Amino acid sequence: MTTLLLALPVALPLLAALIAVAAARIAADLAMATGLLVLGLAVWLVAEVAHAGPVSIALGGWEAPLGIVLHADGLGASFLLVTALIMAAVLPAARQGFADRGAETRAGFAFWPLALLLFAGMNTAFLSRDLFNLFVALELLTLSAVALVAIEGKAETITAALRYMIFALLGSVLFLLGAALAYSAYATLDMTRLAGVAAGDWPMAAAVALMTLGLAIKTALFPFHAWLPPAHSGAPAPASAMLSALVPKASFVIMLRLWFEVVPDLASPLLVLVLGSLGAVAVVWGSLLAIGQARLKLIIAYSTVAQLGYLFLVFPLAGGVGAAQPWAAGAWTAVSFHAFSHALAKAAMFLAAGLFLRAVGHDRLEGLRGLARAMPIACFAFGLSAIALMGLPPSGGFTAKYLLLTSAFASGQWIWGVVLVAGGLLAAVYLFRPLNLMFSKEGADPATLRPVPRGEQALPLLLALAAILLGIASSGPFDFLQIGRPGDAAAGLAP
Amino acid sequence: MSGFVTFFGLAGAGLIGLGLYGFLAHAHLLRRLLSFNVMGSGVFLMFGAAAARSPALGADAVPQALIITGIVVKLAGTALAVALLVQLARSLGRAALPEDEEGPRA
Repeated sequence: MTTLLLALPVALPLLAALIAVAAARIAADLAMATGLLVLGLAVWLVAEVAHAGPVSIALGGWEAPLGIVLHADGLGASFLLVTALIMAAVLPAARQGFADRGAETRAGFAFWPLALLLFAGMNTAFLSRDLFNLFVALELLTLSAVALVAIEGKAETITAALRYMIFALLGSVLFLLGAALAYSAYATLDMTRLAGVAAGDWPMAAAVALMTLGLAIKTALFPFHAWLPPAHSGAPAPASAMLSALVPKASFVIMLRLWFEVVPDLASPLLVLVLGSLGAVAVVWGSLLAIGQARLKLIIAYSTVAQLGYLFLVFPLAGGVGAAQPWAAGAWTAVSFHAFSHALAKAAMFLAAGLFLRAVGHDRLEGLRGLARAMPIACFAFGLSAIALMGLPPSGGFTAKYLLLTSAFASGQWIWGVVLVAGGLLAAVYLFRPLNLMFSKEGADPATLRPVPRGEQALPLLLALAAILLGIASSGPFDFLQIGRPGDAAAGLAP
Repeated sequence: MSGFVTFFGLAGAGLIGLGLYGFLAHAHLLRRLLSFNVMGSGVFLMFGAAAARSPALGADAVPQALIITGIVVKLAGTALAVALLVQLARSLGRAALPEDEEGPRA
């Protein structure tokens, strides 16, 4: 049974993608059913991991080092669940834009297989322990993502997709080179085995450095962020939601596993300082650029650059020599909280922005004026997501920032605390303009807007509520993330 | 035997360096794609050489299997990139990213 629980989240979306190509007429229904089915499986897997601890299977009965091991610990299973939840909400939201256009149009035909392939790539990235398998998962993910950016075929989105492609190709070849070096030195690609045999010598250091560089490019860490805003804002809204909420998290989780599970000893003080500083610069620079944008989708996309920056604070706060300290567990768990909260809130925000775009006809900010009267549910969802992104209580974003702040002050590295507070304030600044316009008293006559059904407005609200709920009921996920955490013997700071 | 292996490994490393230079130095996207392919071939050659580095054991089959998979992945990526590039050239009549066209050209 465990075998199926681990294999199906990878196999089902792949199979559904193939069927969606062959039988385009049923593709939309099939994709939505797959989303719900995988969500059910993810819930089951989380229950299984919570009950019996981490589970793993060797695919086809081939054990590592030859075979590929799928492994679900607290980290992998919870990312799987959040991904499934977001896909289950995003796929129905894409129905109006793609399925209703008909399977004979390019976008209507291509969207569903691409979304399903992206889903399969995400799930593989969270469950696999094999570096080459992870490379294939990342490629599947990235190629589907690039194709989704270009799906409308407009000149500016093609430019954005090509820029994304150029960055992604460089990232993938660097990651592959790192994996090849690791195999050449230690004759295994399995993370668990590498952790056992890899000493902190230079072949492994070179391999991990190359993989980290490749993953940082794919996670859009400053200064490799230039591809992200045009790509994420140019894609159709449901695709933007998947790209911004999920795709960069896959490469980040692999990076987290590399540095905390495979080679924790290689994390020198200089390295954690560099990664943390790049993250901090991303927080400030992404937020400042977001403040200057005049289009809603660009604001949300630049906000992703800033929000991804927070994730890299895990390296100075929980990595290197600090890994054995009591505050490390809090910081390590906090970045996962932040990733979940950002994923849910950002998906909600892009879905809401897509609905605004459809109602108003463009996404320039002045079009939002007074929209709360015409579309109260979508505007409420946008407001709730904004609370999670700013890190205000009681959202999941607040729990993450609270844990990170506690770790920053407990470890005496108050400078990261300043970054956290400044990032929250800047987020409030760039989200204030759209919110202020949305909830202003005067504005467009609701009769001039294209109507958006309440059912569709409920989807972003569902995701935004999940982001808030993550903060209200944070102790369950906190404990769950500790299952299989590297170095979990050290007592953490409880929330 | 082992001299050849070292030669292949070094040749692979050289191709990676050449490809990386071409990838970063050129503005024309087709040249960048070709450079990426040169770089990828370098990685595969180096990986293949690593598979044969201990002649007593014979060739290690795992890198060979991975190289074949890697070539398929690289082919898919290149195909998508070329398709996008053709679209770009058709719609805007250019083959470089706008930010690269501003600067000096080779």
